[in-house]
Amino acid sequence: MIVLDQTSVFYGKGARRIAAVRDVSLRVAEGEAFGLVGESGSGKSTVLRAIAGLIPHATGTVLLDGHDMGRRRTTAQRRMTQMVFQDPYGSLHPNHTVDQTLSMPIAIHKLGDADRRVPAALAEVGLGREHRFRYPHQLSGGQRQRVAIARALILEPRVLLLDEPTSALDVSVQAEILNLLTRLRRERSLTVLMVSHDLAVIAHLCERIGVMSGGELLETTTADALAAGQVSHAYTRELLRSNQGFDASGVA
Amino acid sequence: MTDTLLSVRNLRVVYPGDDGEIAAVRNVSFTLGRERLGIVGESGSGKSTTGRAIMGLVAAPGRITADEMRLGDTDLTRLSEAGFRKLRGKRIAMVLQDPKYSLDPVMRVGDQIAETHRQHVRAGRKAARLAALEMLEAVQIRDPQRVYDLYPHQVSGGMGQRIMIAMMLIAGPDILIADEPTSALDVTVQTQVLAIMDNLVRSRGMGLILVSHNLHLVSSFCDRVLVMYAGQVVETCAAGNLANATHPYTRGLLAALPELGHRRAELPQLQRDPAWLEDLT
Repeated sequence: MIVLDQTSVFYGKGARRIAAVRDVSLRVAEGEAFGLVGESGSGKSTVLRAIAGLIPHATGTVLLDGHDMGRRRTTAQRRMTQMVFQDPYGSLHPNHTVDQTLSMPIAIHKLGDADRRVPAALAEVGLGREHRFRYPHQLSGGQRQRVAIARALILEPRVLLLDEPTSALDVSVQAEILNLLTRLRRERSLTVLMVSHDLAVIAHLCERIGVMSGGELLETTTADALAAGQVSHAYTRELLRSNQGFDASGVA
Repeated sequence: MTDTLLSVRNLRVVYPGDDGEIAAVRNVSFTLGRERLGIVGESGSGKSTTGRAIMGLVAAPGRITADEMRLGDTDLTRLSEAGFRKLRGKRIAMVLQDPKYSLDPVMRVGDQIAETHRQHVRAGRKAARLAALEMLEAVQIRDPQRVYDLYPHQVSGGMGQRIMIAMMLIAGPDILIADEPTSALDVTVQTQVLAIMDNLVRSRGMGLILVSHNLHLVSSFCDRVLVMYAGQVVETCAAGNLANATHPYTRGLLAALPELGHRRAELPQLQRDPAWLEDLT
């Protein structure tokens, strides 16, 4: 479903050009969930953005469902991949009601029938009719993230891109959102690409996991191998240890 | 116990609301010795407010009341704002979450540390600069001379947080309150910053209060943990024993955490019991 072949993304021009992502190749099959971990600046979110078409990739190819994604995408191609962002406080328009937020993509993609689609999308993410005409500030963090997920799913995409969807949320709310994502993925057989710095969260949702550092994909492993500590890269081991809590012996 | 640095009994922080007062913190009692105490809880549980109340940093219209709040021989309940100002930095210091926002963006970081030093210790410019450089070295900054002249936007998050720690420890406080000190940092940097903080706090015989929402972090770093829910401490336990916590809230939180190597089809969601909101005595 998603194929990246030697894809690089650069920011800036000339001498100040920086490779945010260098020669990353990966394949995600239809219906699979793939996770990307790494620290800030490792390029994991940039990979996501390149797949979503939010930034152009400089070299290499990005294939979605077998089609080469060029500089410009058709509306149908854009509709196929939808994204959920990290911060539910920043990713919803503060002056738009939930209804407006959810109606916008329907209008852009000329799907019509907003009056049926909006309540259906809300019901699917576990929100009621009473939330439809509220503003983001009248919702809790978890409810906002549900709206963001509904906004992505209302277009019935085949690929869902998740950029740290739970890191701004409390543990108990995180569990609710993760359960919601698990269910939606199963019901709609979505292909999921998720980015997070939390190994436990990634391993919960994804079968295969890629580890990124300094713009490169260091290794690809499975959630089970990661849990068993079977990793080849020193960086991955360090990441694994840091995720297990504080351990003074690990610091030189 | 002679080694008690801070004792708090029946701390209460209230804010006026539309229908009467809202207690952000209530019935909170604890003592702090030369140890690492963790306070965990979700957003809105009152864990940060507890830390702020100890420093007298609850802004009007919020009010602090307590049967007892004592730092060594100082009664914090009777202290004026001027009294608190002398206390802050000198005897209690606080490390905040994000160095991007908590350092002055238009002042060189070294000067910010030196300023704290001069605020509390009679020292000339030169002596303050030397003290600041020494402190930068203590938090394991490799090239203190160079870093001294940098502005906050020129340093990384991990370095910013170490600068923050340097600034907080330079006046030699008895207690350090760290409010989510590593939440804005990468996991690999987190461990480093915590280790530095831990070393300094231990070698100086200080008490540390670590406020965090991260259960793993607190249970592996601290000696003792207070679990807060809706403004109250619902459970106190030894950090190593957190896995055997008895309160349903703590157990619910622990169960809701995804675990590496223990994959479940569905995470148990926290069922909140209204009984948890009742006043504990």
